Amino acid sequence: MQAITAEKIFVKGNEAVAMAAIEAGCRCYFGYPITPQSDIPEYLSRELPAVGGEFIQAESEIGAINMVLGASATGVRVMTSSSGPGISLKQEGISYMAGSELPGVIVDIMRAGPGLGGIDASQADYFQATRGGGHGGYRIIVLAPASVQEMYDLTMLAFDLSDLYRMPAMVLADSVIGQMKESVTPNPRPQTLLPPKEWVVRGRLAGEPQNVVKSLYLGDGEMEAFHWKMHARYQELADRECRWEEVQTADAELIVTAFGSTSRIAKTAIAMAREAGMKVGLIRPVTLFPFPKKAYAQLSERCKLFLAIELSTGQMIDDVRLSVARDADVAFYGRPPGAGSLPTPEELFEQIKKNYRASA
Amino acid sequence: MKQVFNRPESLKDVSTHFCPGCHHGSVHRLVAEALDEFGIRSETIGVASVGCSVFLYGYFDIDVIEAPHGRAPAVATGAKRARPDRIVFTYQGDGDLAAIGMSEIIHAANRGEDITVIFVNNTTYGMTGGQMAPTTLPGQKTSTTPYGRDISKDGSPFKMAELLSNLDGVGFSARVALNSPKNVMQAKKMIKTAFRYQVEKKGFSFIEALAACPTNWGMNPMDANQRVADEMIPYFPLGVYRNTANL
Repeated sequence: MQAITAEKIFVKGNEAVAMAAIEAGCRCYFGYPITPQSDIPEYLSRELPAVGGEFIQAESEIGAINMVLGASATGVRVMTSSSGPGISLKQEGISYMAGSELPGVIVDIMRAGPGLGGIDASQADYFQATRGGGHGGYRIIVLAPASVQEMYDLTMLAFDLSDLYRMPAMVLADSVIGQMKESVTPNPRPQTLLPPKEWVVRGRLAGEPQNVVKSLYLGDGEMEAFHWKMHARYQELADRECRWEEVQTADAELIVTAFGSTSRIAKTAIAMAREAGMKVGLIRPVTLFPFPKKAYAQLSERCKLFLAIELSTGQMIDDVRLSVARDADVAFYGRPPGAGSLPTPEELFEQIKKNYRASA
Repeated sequence: MKQVFNRPESLKDVSTHFCPGCHHGSVHRLVAEALDEFGIRSETIGVASVGCSVFLYGYFDIDVIEAPHGRAPAVATGAKRARPDRIVFTYQGDGDLAAIGMSEIIHAANRGEDITVIFVNNTTYGMTGGQMAPTTLPGQKTSTTPYGRDISKDGSPFKMAELLSNLDGVGFSARVALNSPKNVMQAKKMIKTAFRYQVEKKGFSFIEALAACPTNWGMNPMDANQRVADEMIPYFPLGVYRNTANL
């Protein structure tokens, strides 16, 4: 018998995140209003109480992320969401969560910056997301949806990976993906096999071990041991959890690489290039941390020309350069974020033409 | 032989890192006695803060979350909302609660979170070496007010028990001291009442405990105790400032 598939719905990217969180079993959300992500707290303030969940509009982003820390320590699935300025405020809590090995999902609907910046699409928080963002030297899982369907699916994946690897996970999108509407199949929660959370604070009966959720390590060698443990865990993530999409890479003479909303524009430009007889393909990283190095390493054995496209002056390109074969060239085209800076497909097609050179 | 005095079950059989004459140990004991007497040790989650009280988990035999500096009321909020069947308390110093964490305490109190906050006010930052706290008394010399706290530049000390008692979300707010047997007995009663508020789900409860910090005050324990009586209590009067359920 065929499985019953859920009916398609037509929703905004931000709403898809909120719906997916509830489907994933998230029952606590703590957040603070900021454009362009406020649909998420609005949706959850309405829908979480209906499933017995807790919603708090916190006093600040700092308050919100620390509520996430406290709830996560008790073992529940918990989420917060924000954008640029708010994500900066949350970095303190994210660092403490990383130091305390706490899971939790943070949604970042990127807007232009620095400072108050603007509310237009941006990818300029790539470094902040993939390099840890806060103090101390840590990484978090970073997933980059490129469609409303992926906003839904990757939010659920973020909860699973976060629980599985005991570290915060971020869904990194931008105002284009957050605000646009597309049809979505609201898939059921994946049946991931997750380890029991034996480490949670719960109050305990006599004879049970004391559970302490903490990030302070003062003993000789303790802090160093923690770092090596996490280093090994990041390696495990890189080995097992890299995700990416490849489009027409098999015969490509030029491989465009872009994530999130930019990859959508790039796909149209690549179709134009193919129409014009140019062999152009795409690698779209879905996991930004761990970065899918092996995709670039393998393809650059044959294809020596890459073009990174970003809504910034160039951040992901650093990871691309570290991933490709030494003799591969990585060109760049970027538009810093802000009103009016979203490139058109024609503009990207011009960049493809400029960089393309067919092998003889 | 009949045993008349023992270590509370909620405390571990270890010695603490607290300096001689420090009142943290006394406050720890009174909180532990309250947990024992209500029989709630096995359902309690403590939230430690940053400062001398960070090692809560080393002394209390309970599950503990360590919060970032000042954020304990937000962490406790998250824990309590996720596990409303648990008893959740924070234990914070004056720098933690009334400086960097002022926003978190005010808003947790104003939401009427069903938690208990133990606030230890010793008018200084103990762990970092005796700098000015938001509760440092006018004229008090600290390592960052070498000429004494100048209220025209540094502002006046916060009176947290009074401040929080103005918020409708607060059920119980009281100030106690630990400088004499009489005050310790009274402190024990108040701390128990604060936990009773949570046990009976009567709302947010707050205890401000005036405490000595002989090391950073540059005093011996006896003189430090005397300073609590002579300088702190006149500025921070003891008493119950809010008690909505009359417990």
